[in-house]
Amino acid sequence: MNPPIYGLMAEFDDPTALVKAARAAREKGFRKLDAYTPFPIEELSDALHLHKNKLPLLVLIGGIVGGTLGYMLQYFVTVIYYPINVGGRPLHSWPSYIIITFEMTILFAALTAVFGLLGLCGLPEPYHPTFNVPRFAMASRNRFFLCIESTDPLFEHDQTAAFLESLEPREVSEVAH
Amino acid sequence: MADELEVIESPSGNKIIAPDYTFGTVTDQIASVVLTKQTPIAVLGTFTVALGLLMTFMLAVGLLFGKGLGIWGLRGPTMWAWDITNFVWWVGIGHAGTLISAILLLLNQQWRNSINRFAEAMTIFAVACAGMFPILHLGRPWLMYWLFPYPNTMGIEPNFRSPLVWDVFAVSTYATVSVLFWFVGLIPDLATLRDRAQNPAFKVAYGILAMGWRGSARHWAVYETASLLLAGLATPLVLSVHTVVSFDFTVGIVPGWHSTFFPPYFVAGAIYSGFAMVLALAIPLRSLYGLKGLITDKHLDNAAKVMMATGLIVGYSYIMEAFAGWYSGNVYEEAAIWNRMTGPYAVQYWILITCNVVAPNALWFKKVRSSPIILFIWSLIVLLGMWLERFVIIVASLAQDNLPSSWRVFESTRWDWATYLGTIGLFLFLFMLFIRLLPMISIFEVRTLLPQAKVDKKESL
Amino acid sequence: MSDPQKNIDPAAVRSALWARLEGARGRDYWRSLDELAATPEFQDLLEREFPRQAVGWSEDEDPVAGRRNFLKLMGASLALAGMTACTRQPDEHIMPYVRQPENLVPGRPLFFATATTLNGFANGVLVESHEGRPTKIEGNPGHPASLGAADAMSQAAVLQLYDPDRSQALAFNGEIRSWGVFTGALRDTLAQQKAKNGAGIRILTETVTSPTIASQLRTIQQSFPASKWHQWEPAGPHSARAAAQQSFGQPLNTYYDFTEANVVVSLDSDFLNSGHASLRYARQFARRRRMAEHHDTMNRLYVVEPMPTPTGTKADHRLPLRASDVEEFAWALAISLGLAEGPKTGENNDIYKWLGPIARDLQNNKGAGVVVAGEHQPPIVHSIAALMNEKLGNVGKTVFYTDPVEANPVDQLASLQDLVKDLDAGAVELLIILGGNPVFNAPVELGLGSRLKKAKLRVRLGLYDDETSAACQWQVPETHFLETWGDARAFDGTVTIQQPLIQPLYGGRSALQVLQSFTEQPEKSPYDIVKGYWSSQHTGSDFEAWWRKAVHDGLVAGSALPAKTAAVRGEALSARAGGKKLGGKLEVVFRPDPTIYDGRFANNGWLQEVPKPVTKLTWDNAVMLSPATAHRLGVQKGDMLKLTYEGRTLQAPVFIQPGHVNGSATLHLGYGRTHGGRAANGMGFNPFGLRTAKALWQDTGMDAEKVSGNHEFADTQNFHNLETPDRRHIIHKADLADFHKNAEAPHEGAETPPKGLTMYPEWKYEGHAWGMTIDLNSCTGCGACVVACQAENNIAVVGKDQVRRGRHMNWLRVDSYYQGDANDPAIYNQPVPCMQCENAPCELVCPVQATTHSSEGLNDMVYNRCVGTRYCSNNCPYKVRRFNFFLFSDFDTPSLKLARNPDVSVRSRGVMEKCTYCVQRINGAKIDAEKQDRPLHDGEIQTACQATCPSEAIVFGDINDKNSRVSKLKANERNYSLLADLNTRPRTTYLATLRNPNPEIEA
Repeated sequence: MNPPIYGLMAEFDDPTALVKAARAAREKGFRKLDAYTPFPIEELSDALHLHKNKLPLLVLIGGIVGGTLGYMLQYFVTVIYYPINVGGRPLHSWPSYIIITFEMTILFAALTAVFGLLGLCGLPEPYHPTFNVPRFAMASRNRFFLCIESTDPLFEHDQTAAFLESLEPREVSEVAH
Repeated sequence: MADELEVIESPSGNKIIAPDYTFGTVTDQIASVVLTKQTPIAVLGTFTVALGLLMTFMLAVGLLFGKGLGIWGLRGPTMWAWDITNFVWWVGIGHAGTLISAILLLLNQQWRNSINRFAEAMTIFAVACAGMFPILHLGRPWLMYWLFPYPNTMGIEPNFRSPLVWDVFAVSTYATVSVLFWFVGLIPDLATLRDRAQNPAFKVAYGILAMGWRGSARHWAVYETASLLLAGLATPLVLSVHTVVSFDFTVGIVPGWHSTFFPPYFVAGAIYSGFAMVLALAIPLRSLYGLKGLITDKHLDNAAKVMMATGLIVGYSYIMEAFAGWYSGNVYEEAAIWNRMTGPYAVQYWILITCNVVAPNALWFKKVRSSPIILFIWSLIVLLGMWLERFVIIVASLAQDNLPSSWRVFESTRWDWATYLGTIGLFLFLFMLFIRLLPMISIFEVRTLLPQAKVDKKESL
Repeated sequence: MSDPQKNIDPAAVRSALWARLEGARGRDYWRSLDELAATPEFQDLLEREFPRQAVGWSEDEDPVAGRRNFLKLMGASLALAGMTACTRQPDEHIMPYVRQPENLVPGRPLFFATATTLNGFANGVLVESHEGRPTKIEGNPGHPASLGAADAMSQAAVLQLYDPDRSQALAFNGEIRSWGVFTGALRDTLAQQKAKNGAGIRILTETVTSPTIASQLRTIQQSFPASKWHQWEPAGPHSARAAAQQSFGQPLNTYYDFTEANVVVSLDSDFLNSGHASLRYARQFARRRRMAEHHDTMNRLYVVEPMPTPTGTKADHRLPLRASDVEEFAWALAISLGLAEGPKTGENNDIYKWLGPIARDLQNNKGAGVVVAGEHQPPIVHSIAALMNEKLGNVGKTVFYTDPVEANPVDQLASLQDLVKDLDAGAVELLIILGGNPVFNAPVELGLGSRLKKAKLRVRLGLYDDETSAACQWQVPETHFLETWGDARAFDGTVTIQQPLIQPLYGGRSALQVLQSFTEQPEKSPYDIVKGYWSSQHTGSDFEAWWRKAVHDGLVAGSALPAKTAAVRGEALSARAGGKKLGGKLEVVFRPDPTIYDGRFANNGWLQEVPKPVTKLTWDNAVMLSPATAHRLGVQKGDMLKLTYEGRTLQAPVFIQPGHVNGSATLHLGYGRTHGGRAANGMGFNPFGLRTAKALWQDTGMDAEKVSGNHEFADTQNFHNLETPDRRHIIHKADLADFHKNAEAPHEGAETPPKGLTMYPEWKYEGHAWGMTIDLNSCTGCGACVVACQAENNIAVVGKDQVRRGRHMNWLRVDSYYQGDANDPAIYNQPVPCMQCENAPCELVCPVQATTHSSEGLNDMVYNRCVGTRYCSNNCPYKVRRFNFFLFSDFDTPSLKLARNPDVSVRSRGVMEKCTYCVQRINGAKIDAEKQDRPLHDGEIQTACQATCPSEAIVFGDINDKNSRVSKLKANERNYSLLADLNTRPRTTYLATLRNPNPEIEA
């Protein structure tokens, strides 16, 4: 059964307050929480333990695949499929193949990085409940939000609300579905 | 509300952002350029001129496709001239953006944050202009897709030994990666615009582009990794592109082309002209839109320093080139260098020496570096010098190569001019659209420059 | 061209036009169609039916001119619109050239023997015919004048045949008439003339050697005793004719044999490149410079001449002398040979400085030397030369006399002046002008253009509707020699029966037919006329067999005139004129143009665009000056000069020619045509405007002053003086003596990287490996190979403006380099085709593999894969690649399509092209060999340039076959690669050139 609301959100004025709040929430045992900020905040990541992600690995694999494909393409075309005498050079002119191999490596790696980013962030995401909070628009300007989601096992409307109030936010608001 | 914002003047001393900016004011001021501010007359004027030039370009290209390459001044033995000169010139300019956004990011140069956005845009448009010449200069442009390896029934594939094919891969990769990098950088700001925009149409447009970005801490974490990775990938890429372009010449056995130090020489030249273009755009922009507080004199100063440093490398390369020509004892190389200095292209050669070797030394002086007007003029001088450099390398070398019987002096036609100026029009046209429709300064990165963005360690515990 | 604004209803016009065709059938149908073609309505209609944009020959940046040209072109060419489909061989039986002499292998097409003529003198050729379309002209190995070679002019005859500007319809004062009307008109006049024995009949021809025409003229003389036959040839051997009378008291024909000549002295004679037997002479001369073995010897050539000629470039000692000083030189030489009395010195020391050594050289080689008098030198020079040859015992060994080859060797100048007298007297009622173009090229003071009008009825038979036609009422289109039967004699009298290869494209009549209309059977066909004449001459039995053989071989066996002995009469040398003084003025020298001759080839794109020997000029003539003289006059190349001679003036641009004699200006005839056709009109300037009967070839007393204006020349190469020493080692050269001492002498200082010096493994070429050698010691730089290549490979003509922009398309070019003092340099020729490098720089950089290596080592160019990056051309150190900057190939003119070689693709816009070693010929021969299940013989494949080279300088073959000629030549010590230090490993290599100077003079 779907809980009535998505969660509760507290609005802060500056990054320090937010980080402090985030830490508090974690200590309180909340796990299903997220913060929304107008710019990346290093400390917030450790506060919410968000440091690990798989992107670097994906990019590495992408690069290797690209490079291999690049070299194979050239090798097969010039040595196996169309062995043509070009200017008396050997069929397998490996030094000439380095550049394209390199470019293909970069291209594939970069594409993996970008689409990996979108994938891991679940973007594009046409709808998200947080936008139902009118003031949330300020998240992309100068306000800092902490949201505890209703799916968290410890979530209980009034207590959670009280807890958030105890963090001295500007305001606490419900996030409707 | 944004309109009332008074221009926050650039601080004396070398701050990279004026004091008394807040998250709000930064956001509103940059967003206002796109959302509310009236477009300045000067910008509209430039836009009109750009449009005119673009039309000229259309005409020139129409005629080119209709009648053939003969409308250009190309001839035996100078089978390349303005076409490839323009290509190399534009590609070179297209280096600064990625350099600033990638290399300076890795080097953790914070001052980049306020100039990387439009520098990258500039890069992309420059590469777009450059990318056209390899197609336009073909005898049969409609067959340009034969340069790409694709499954076909012709029983033949591109020649992977040819530098031109390397170009195809290098430039297209560079263009792709630059666009991606640029777009990734834009996402958070697009979200900002989405949330600020009044006009519903714009709101929807930015909304779609922002893809539902909401500044979640989870996203920021991945986002930061992605930016670093992209920067790491773009750095070798940007260095490789002009290296590959220089291979177009070094792989050839034409005296004056066939030398090993072209790659560093070309890369330096590229950054040199790239930064010149950055300055040429930044200086007018910041005063037109009252952004002196964000693009401060410190930025100009730094850019000027980079310009001078690379300029000196370029100057050194010229000396090396002449020295190598003489020291090689190779009769063709000697003749090629001598022809450059004294032959039919001596004028162009000495002008470029003045622009690229003499001029940059003025930048040693703080006075010069701190005067936007002079810097603006200097950047134009550098752009001219770099165009001439490519022209002389290409045309002077081809016009007088191994067999004197084939020597012939190149003469340009009005259509060479039309095509070249046309691409400048295209470039400005795209750039004007950009500053009108997208934040020309990376809002979220500038926010991180503000003192209040620092998290107080003790406090937060 | 009719007014394009005038709008007409196509449908109406079309029906009107078809109405005209009512009742016409078969060949008549086509005839009426081409008559029709010239009508303005039809032209308007066509313009409206093909409103296509095309790139014209003019200013590339001017679409308007381009379009205007296109319309002209359509207008001119549409006469063929209905005709392209029906090129048929003549009905009569003609002889395919099936039995091939050894070492001559044509491709699949049929070859027919016939002859081209210049000044009436025949040059035997084989014409390649594809499905009834003559496409290429080669020399006829069996013919004494050709020996298998063909000069530029002969080869370009194909283009002339298909020239859309040819006169295409019988016209009376410009209006089209039917042949009936013409013959009617002619008959009436003849009927009247019959009464007065033809007193009013005048026939003006060029030099006639044709036995048939001669007999026709004789017949006419009989039936119209009072009629007169005049001859005029602007560039004919006038002085030689006069000299024969003067020195031998009888008309005699002189020719030479250089096979035994150790010492050759040329008195301003370009015998290697012009004249009736130059191909033969060039071959004989070159054979004496072959140097197959290291210790072989060479002949020695002394040349005195005002303007450098191909012969001059081969000279071991070249002495630039004013044309009018050559006479004094001849006298002085005779004196030093003790054959005449006179002073041994004179004012002009140049004349005397070498006489002793030359004389001794001649004396040491009695019977093995030749003194050749220049065609354009006055009779006295010929007489002196004749005397020297006689006294040196050369006659019968290297010099031969025969009865005249011409049917009637008259003094043509007198003959023409005689005609003018009659014209003034109003005595001319019927004037028939057969060929030629007297109005354009007669001495200017005769004012023939207006004078002709004094003749009552003027009939002109001509290939073109030209200046002369404009002065005549009747313009009768002449059939091209490839379209009709005829005959002509060669330099030694050998007769060739010319056979047609194609039905007349534009109808027309031949001279034979026009003359025939004077007789009882006016409608007799050329075939019957020629065959009839020869059967009447034939004594033995079985005429048919004789006829077949004669036509098949391209010559009548044993028809050469027997050698005669003749002695120079004492009084011949009585008159001695002193050397003429310049008196601060210039000497004017008239010479026929090296490519368009006296203007008759002015509308021939191939001949206009082939760079002229030595000057490398195209589409233009100029005032040729020495650097010193130019400096004295204060003019640069391209400045305009106002020339004043005998009260007539002419403005012309200056061209500075190193090696030209000081104080003299050479003007080449033939340019400045006004009714010459699209390619001829408005090109160059017309020196005939200064040329008077008094001085047909040279005279002193011309004033020249600089006037404003500048002229853009379209020359393909600038004057380039090799550094001394030549650090680029482009031309490897040495003196014979040094070479004998040290075989490496020619290659002094040049470095060739050892084969092992490379990172790459060797490519193995199994089977054939094609290669070529070019012997610089033989090459005269005549340019015949360039035209051969153009004809063989469908190379486009691009026009003057494009040539000026360095966009000429010739795959093969002949470079000339100079060395030494700009006023008297040594001149070297170097033909440069594609080198077919084994390590081809062009292939490496082509992004689409449009140029790659074949298994036989050819550097193939795949036109339909080329996208036109032009990178290959940039990376080609020899710059032998040519790019189609526009749609250069003419895809519109139907007649030009007929001229194409079907074995070679016609390149389109935006594509690179280059020499392929005539790969189509290679494959043709390989297919033949395969069909006959035999290996290819060496020499079986001949590239177009090789086949036509008069001096056999070019040799092509398989370098894997160690016994092939080319392998042997590559083993010769003189062999070297151009730019060898780049290690491109060219398959085309050169043989160094050697000079054989007289030690006495060198000292």
